[in-house]
Amino acid sequence: MKNSGTFNITAHGDREIVVTRVFDAPRRLVFDAYTKPELIKKWLLGPDGWSMPICEIDLRAGGKYRYVWRKDSDGREMGMGGVYREVVPPERIVVTEVFDEAWYPGEAVDTIVLVEQHGVTTLTQTILYNSRETRDAVLKSPMRTGMAASYDKLEKFLPSLGREALSA
Amino acid sequence: MRDLDTTFAALADPTRRAILARLAKGEASVTDLAEPFAMSQPAISKHLKVLERAGLISRGRDAQRRPRRLEARPLRDATQWLENYRRFWEAQFGRLDALLHDLQTGDPKIKNSRIRKKKSAR
Repeated sequence: MKNSGTFNITAHGDREIVVTRVFDAPRRLVFDAYTKPELIKKWLLGPDGWSMPICEIDLRAGGKYRYVWRKDSDGREMGMGGVYREVVPPERIVVTEVFDEAWYPGEAVDTIVLVEQHGVTTLTQTILYNSRETRDAVLKSPMRTGMAASYDKLEKFLPSLGREALSA
Repeated sequence: MRDLDTTFAALADPTRRAILARLAKGEASVTDLAEPFAMSQPAISKHLKVLERAGLISRGRDAQRRPRRLEARPLRDATQWLENYRRFWEAQFGRLDALLHDLQTGDPKIKNSRIRKKKSAR
C-alpha cells in the first residue's frame, strides 16, 4: 500500500495516543469519509469477517453518533458511540467515544485534524484519556482491547528485533 | 504463560532494549553485556533479572561464563501483537485509500447517480 509507511502511532504526554496517516486526497473527501455513514460503512469494517450494520451520525456540536460492528460467522456484536463536541468541515472534529463493553474507565476524547497540502491530506488523530492510568492501561492491555498503541519508539524497535529473534 | 504486560514493562527501558539487541546477535556473558554501557555489573545484573523474569532471556549451559541468550517467544508474541494492531488499522486505512481513490476517479459504484441519469437521457 502506497501510504502504509506514513502510518504512525505513539504515546504522547501523560494521557494521549496520537495516530497519524497520509492520504492521497483533498481533505474535503477525507472529512466526508469520516463523517458520512454511507462512506464510513465502506472502510471502517474492523477485522476480516466483520461488517458494520449500524452507523448513525448526527453531525453537529452536541449531536450523537453510534457504530455497531458484527462478526458475520457468529453474530457477535461490538458497539460504541459518543457526542460531537466540535465539527468544523473540512478540518477538525472533536468527539467523545465510549465502548458498550467499556474496557477503560470514563470516556475518551478524539480530536481529528486534517491538513491538506498539494492535494494530499495528513490526518492526525489524538485520543485523550481521562487519566494517565487509563491511557497506560489501554497501552498495556492489547489483548483485552485489540485497540491499543505502542510505547514511544517501541514499535520501531520491535519489528526488526522480532525478525532477528525469529531467524535466530 | 507470561502475559504481554510483563513483556512490555521489561521492554519499556532503553538499556534493556539495547541488551536484547545485543543478544539478538548471539549469546553473551554479563561482562560482555556490561561493556558498552557506563554501568556497573550489579546494575546490569538488575536489568538482566527483569528480562529473565519476563522470559525474554535465559542462561546458557556454560557454568562458568553463564552466558545470557535471547528467548524468541515472548518477543515474538509482543511483536505479533504490535503487528496485528498495525495490520488492523492498515487494513482500515487501506480500504479508506481505495474509497478516496474511487471518489476522485468516479468509480461507477459510488458515482453520482445524477451524472449517470444525464448520460442515459442523451
